[in-house]
Amino acid sequence: MNQTILEAKHINKYFEDPVRIKVLSDINFSINKGDFVSLTGKSGCGKSTLLYVLSTMDTAYEGEVFIDQALMPKSNESFLAKIRNEKIGFVFQFHYLLNEFNVLENVMLPGQKLAKYSKEEIEHRAYEKLKILDIEKLAFKKANQISGGEKQRVAIARALINDPHIIMGDEPTGNLDKKNSDKVFDIFTKLVSELNQTLLIVTHDESFAERTNRIIKMEDGKIIS
Amino acid sequence: MKKGILINIAKALLLARWRQTLVAATGVTFSIAMFITLLSFMSGLNDLLDGLILNRTPHVKLYNDIKPNVNQPVNNIAAFKDKHNFISSVKSDAARIALYNSGAIMKNLAIDNRVLGFTPRLTAQIFFNNGSTEITGALNGIDPIKEAKLFHFNEYVTSGDAINLNNESNTIILGKGLAEKLTASIGTIVQISTSTGERFQLKVIGIFQSGLKDFDDVQSYTSIKTVQKVLIKPNDYITAIDVKLKDITLAPALAKEYAKVYELDAEDIQTANSQFETGSFIRTLISYAVGITLLVVAGFGIYNILNMMIFEKMDSIAILKATGFSGTDVKSIFIYIAVSIGIFGGLVGLLFGLIISSIIDQIPFVTAALPTIKTYPINYNPNFYIIGIIFSLITTYFAGWFPARKASKIDPVIIIRGK
Repeated sequence: MNQTILEAKHINKYFEDPVRIKVLSDINFSINKGDFVSLTGKSGCGKSTLLYVLSTMDTAYEGEVFIDQALMPKSNESFLAKIRNEKIGFVFQFHYLLNEFNVLENVMLPGQKLAKYSKEEIEHRAYEKLKILDIEKLAFKKANQISGGEKQRVAIARALINDPHIIMGDEPTGNLDKKNSDKVFDIFTKLVSELNQTLLIVTHDESFAERTNRIIKMEDGKIIS
Repeated sequence: MKKGILINIAKALLLARWRQTLVAATGVTFSIAMFITLLSFMSGLNDLLDGLILNRTPHVKLYNDIKPNVNQPVNNIAAFKDKHNFISSVKSDAARIALYNSGAIMKNLAIDNRVLGFTPRLTAQIFFNNGSTEITGALNGIDPIKEAKLFHFNEYVTSGDAINLNNESNTIILGKGLAEKLTASIGTIVQISTSTGERFQLKVIGIFQSGLKDFDDVQSYTSIKTVQKVLIKPNDYITAIDVKLKDITLAPALAKEYAKVYELDAEDIQTANSQFETGSFIRTLISYAVGITLLVVAGFGIYNILNMMIFEKMDSIAILKATGFSGTDVKSIFIYIAVSIGIFGGLVGLLFGLIISSIIDQIPFVTAALPTIKTYPINYNPNFYIIGIIFSLITTYFAGWFPARKASKIDPVIIIRGK
């Protein structure tokens, strides 16, 4: 029952400015449901670039990206926004919470955009997600009143709100100390084991990568292992 | 549901920066308030100045002009009929200046539903005898009730009551300048003489002041009957009928029609007073131009503040887009912000505009030329308020549209990568 969640076929990407440089060359791989994958490599190897291509935020590439076995178009901006909303959860190095809202509202935002459930239901689900991450007591605090580690966990809760097919992380522990990054890692493993969540995490933290189920290593825009 | 969340985000962004919001809204408030005040005041003044002449001027005036007859006998001779005949030294004929068949004309006007009302008039050139001096003047025979109803005559009678012209015979209302020359006041008997040498004594029962000095220096009013008596004419003798129409724009067409049907001369208000229309048009144009300029300036203020807000909220916009809000959604958020500033600032502006104009309305404005005016004139036309709020919505919408478009084009990758 290994269902493919994400598949990349012959991805090539160039940076045009100031000169044409090939940053990704012929990337092919696929991720199955329940995989906990880390994407590693040295700075500048193109791992973040690849992540943004896979996330549909960057559409200037050659090749094909399949999410949930559907080919992603390269031009339909609002359709891609909908895909990101519904099928992908993001965790970035920086938390990007909206300071105008409290923690619960921040988590609810993508859910309200999707509008699959009523507001009360979304609120309930958001609270459940906070519970999974053990931060339900922060629910009504403003986003700028909580610590960095907590913020990152709120960001994970936000990524989970629409039950995405895959969670993509760009150095989610990059800004955290050892203790907090361990906590985040524990949360990730818990999501994989308990919820069968698929994860694709870009990191240059070797110790983090070693503990995941699968490591994709990149060098100079190519997958080497 | 989806709209609700966008409005929520817009609200949160607005309140997070409430000082900036307030500054932007104040700009709109100020310009709308000034727009309303300016237009109300300007159009109040316009109405006043127009009223000075137009209220008292008939829309169509029916009369017999003194002019040479166009049908000279030579044109009726068969042999010369088709030729161009040169006739020199043609004199104006001595046709009577009274209207023929005035009774029938008035009967017809009374049932014409384009006509609001009409009043007959009879004017005679007379002399006022003041001791050994003679002062030229005009004696207007009027129907004081109809004059008051159609041409606000009673508003210009500063002392005395115009109605008394009907109640008492041999009475007269003098122009203010004329009364001063004659040293006459209410109750004084003035002596007049006509061009044929008849002498009459009339009792002054009122003084009027129109605001036009040349007018007040020569004009006097009495009842039609009195003038007919002075001129020794029958009681259907009138020299003009002043017609007021329901729709002033029909005046030129109706003047032509009446001239043809009744075989007399008809002059419409547009021809007689074209300069007033031009004047009010220009004044209105200027007030609108200034008002709209103010609004555009306020629009730039909003544009600036939104641009700054977008710059500050770049991260939030990026994450909204990363988590599935489309460019259109982001654009809507910023347009909501701009338009709500417009609505809020605009409504407060309307209120302030109303307050300022009602304050101006209380400021005393006393001038000898305008006896009926005690304070500055204000026109509380609801159209100004409607135009004001519509303009504030349009300008704020466009002021929001450009920054919103910019925000919608923000590429989340660049911002997220940049951290």
